[in-house]
Amino acid sequence: MEVQLAGILSQAAGGARCVECTGATIGELLQSLVLRYPEMQMHLDEGVAVAVNGEIYRDRRDQPIPNNADVFLLPRIQGG
Amino acid sequence: MSEAREFKHIGQRTIRPDGFDKVTGKANYGADLSLPGMIWGAILRSPHAHANITKLDVSRAEANPDVLAIATFEDFPSVNAAAQRDGTQRDGMMDTACNILANQKVLYHGHAVAAIAARSEAAAIAALDLIDIEYEVLRPVLSIDDAISAQAPILHETMMTQGLAEPATKASNISARMELKKGDIEAGFAAADVIVERAYDTPTVHQGYIEPHATTVVFNENGPSMIWCPTQGHFDVRARVAQLLNLELGQIKVVASEIGGGFGGKTTVYLEPVALILSRKSGRPVKMEMSRGDVFRASGPASASQSLIKVGAKMDGTITAMQATLHYEAGAFQGSPMGPGCMTVFTPYDVENLYVEGFDVVVNKPKVAAYRAPGAPQSEFAAEMAVNELAKKIGMDPIEFRLKNAAKEGTQTIYGPKLKVVGLEACLEAAKASPHYNAPIPENVGRGLAAGFWFNIGGQSSVIINLNPDGTGTIIEGSPDIGGSRASMQMMAAEILGVAPSSLNPIVADTEHVAYNQTTGGSRTTFATGMAVVEAAEDIVEQLKARAAAMWNVTAEQVDFKDGVAHNLTGEDQLTLADICASAEKTGGQISGRANINARGAGPSFAVHICDIKVDKETGKTDVVRYTAIQDAGKAIHPSYVEGQFQGGAVQGIGWALNEEYVYSKDGIMENAGFLDYRIPLASDLPEIEAIIVEVPNSFHPFGVRGVGETGIIPPLAAVGTAVAEAIGQPISSLPCSPPKILKLLMSAQ
Repeated sequence: MEVQLAGILSQAAGGARCVECTGATIGELLQSLVLRYPEMQMHLDEGVAVAVNGEIYRDRRDQPIPNNADVFLLPRIQGG
Repeated sequence: MSEAREFKHIGQRTIRPDGFDKVTGKANYGADLSLPGMIWGAILRSPHAHANITKLDVSRAEANPDVLAIATFEDFPSVNAAAQRDGTQRDGMMDTACNILANQKVLYHGHAVAAIAARSEAAAIAALDLIDIEYEVLRPVLSIDDAISAQAPILHETMMTQGLAEPATKASNISARMELKKGDIEAGFAAADVIVERAYDTPTVHQGYIEPHATTVVFNENGPSMIWCPTQGHFDVRARVAQLLNLELGQIKVVASEIGGGFGGKTTVYLEPVALILSRKSGRPVKMEMSRGDVFRASGPASASQSLIKVGAKMDGTITAMQATLHYEAGAFQGSPMGPGCMTVFTPYDVENLYVEGFDVVVNKPKVAAYRAPGAPQSEFAAEMAVNELAKKIGMDPIEFRLKNAAKEGTQTIYGPKLKVVGLEACLEAAKASPHYNAPIPENVGRGLAAGFWFNIGGQSSVIINLNPDGTGTIIEGSPDIGGSRASMQMMAAEILGVAPSSLNPIVADTEHVAYNQTTGGSRTTFATGMAVVEAAEDIVEQLKARAAAMWNVTAEQVDFKDGVAHNLTGEDQLTLADICASAEKTGGQISGRANINARGAGPSFAVHICDIKVDKETGKTDVVRYTAIQDAGKAIHPSYVEGQFQGGAVQGIGWALNEEYVYSKDGIMENAGFLDYRIPLASDLPEIEAIIVEVPNSFHPFGVRGVGETGIIPPLAAVGTAVAEAIGQPISSLPCSPPKILKLLMSAQ
């Protein structure tokens, strides 16, 4: 699947704004990303969010990713 | 979730369960706990904004008989010199530790250097003078312009800018760069008939919570140590203290006291780890409190910012391109809310071509913390001011201009995902129809309008509901209540169980008595913890049906449960919830429900505010004469507290726009660290904030809830700024719109 990388996350993938990854769940997707781009681990440690078909998930590694889903990796959104 | 559902309790204005204790002074806040044998801690703070510590000798203090313990940076086992030498230093904790107790260098006025615990508060304060400390004073960096200049002193010699096209090769005060884009920004501006381009800035401001930070701590080497403190997230306090002191989570119990405001500022730790060090060393309970001056100087304010905004539109009102360059002050350590600032800046607009670049900049001010919708008020202030200026230039009403370009379901955001169903258009229509917008603008008054967007989040929440034999019950949650959420939990559980809300007592349990809960922040509590409450109540309903079935000798499928009563579908029998609870011992024991969830589907929130301001052109004094806040709540569980959130956000935003700012001397000394000189709005300063609740349900929540706590602080900055600009006939680009600034603008125009 294609994963779109927002902002600073794209630099961890050598500047690529879109990368090809595999994974049936968010957890598998993140694992696949780190295998390919080890620098991504720092961002995963700081926390990221994953948007699947417009819905934003934090800490939901078991969340399935449907085929042909729109997937975006985002900096984690905190609040006040 | 059903839009057409009739609710019995949801939407009512019940009395909040914690209200009586709070208004009668019985509620216990952070400073209210005292324990036998307790001693007091005090903090030595830096008188300089930027200096190397050349000598730190605590031996004279140690020799004082009243002094029972001393703490310095070297007492953090996970990050201290020994940990660095043996390679066991914890990642990511160094900045947190250095902010709590300085390591060789102080980075802002008021930065904590060492702590002393003594037999009395006065003795602890007096003993601070016995610490021998010397500094090599360095030039402070107090602004973004200074921090990014080539001549600026570097605050952190190892800090390299992240996010550049090529890896940085030398240290910088810019910790990170972020870039977001959509479409073709150059083509977008080429297609525009009119372009507005302007620079804006906002000051460092504080959340202004009324209760200062305080804690009472007991170290226990044979069991969990106890931390009592006012916090938005006691599980997060536990995690951070455990990381800093190399403890297991099970070795710490954190009790969240009642909390006198937080607004994001109580989502981190300052005193708690220090007090635990002092308690461990002394073997005594330790209490520590910040003064108001300490809170201003050394807790976490909101970032100052600089924004360059460019917006282009066709004469028919179609926005063709929007561009922003955003700089955020992080304070002494990296980590401003630059990211969400970049992500939110243009989200109210459905525009093809967008480009945003953001920078996180360190300066010699306290490390910033979250403040309601962190990062969004600063960037959206700039964007909304430019949008209003552009609407005026092409002669369009600001609401019609926004309606023509409004984000809606399917709008692709600059940060990636497409929006689901959102309520911006509904808010704009409500604004257009509001009595305020349709009232004529009085003489010498300016009117401003602005929109705002915030994501809202879900996350982890855990809830237990225990029923008693008489049918009353307890809702055990782990989300500190800073805005009336206990009342909402009561009402949601009551709606499912069909009982009176007052029969269910909601309590915020400590970290040992309920499973993990994320911090109360991100407008998540009524949404996510509410979802857990609903799930726990539904768990109970299934049990009630099974118990009733056992009593009637039928199957659970042959039992219906509605409005607090079980019905035997094979006959006429009925049992109330209280009846079933009364017989619980005969049908399997007492009844409780639970839910541990990671809530998904938080519904984004939009707001629109309208502000009328009168300006005294001789003094520059401003008076807000009318103000209306309109916001999409999804579904207002308790309308009074939803309105309260709208009003509170509006008031804080008005203060940010009109008066509030940190004032520093050229040496970096904060000169207004108190409420006499740091002017927050008082009730007597403002008119009634008119609140209009829009309800566009969030389909992911059983009752349609969207978070409401944060969005309300975003629109006021530009609504006020535009109103002032209209009143004085001059563009506003810098906050606050304080009387001296307004006078200067008026005089320059003459």
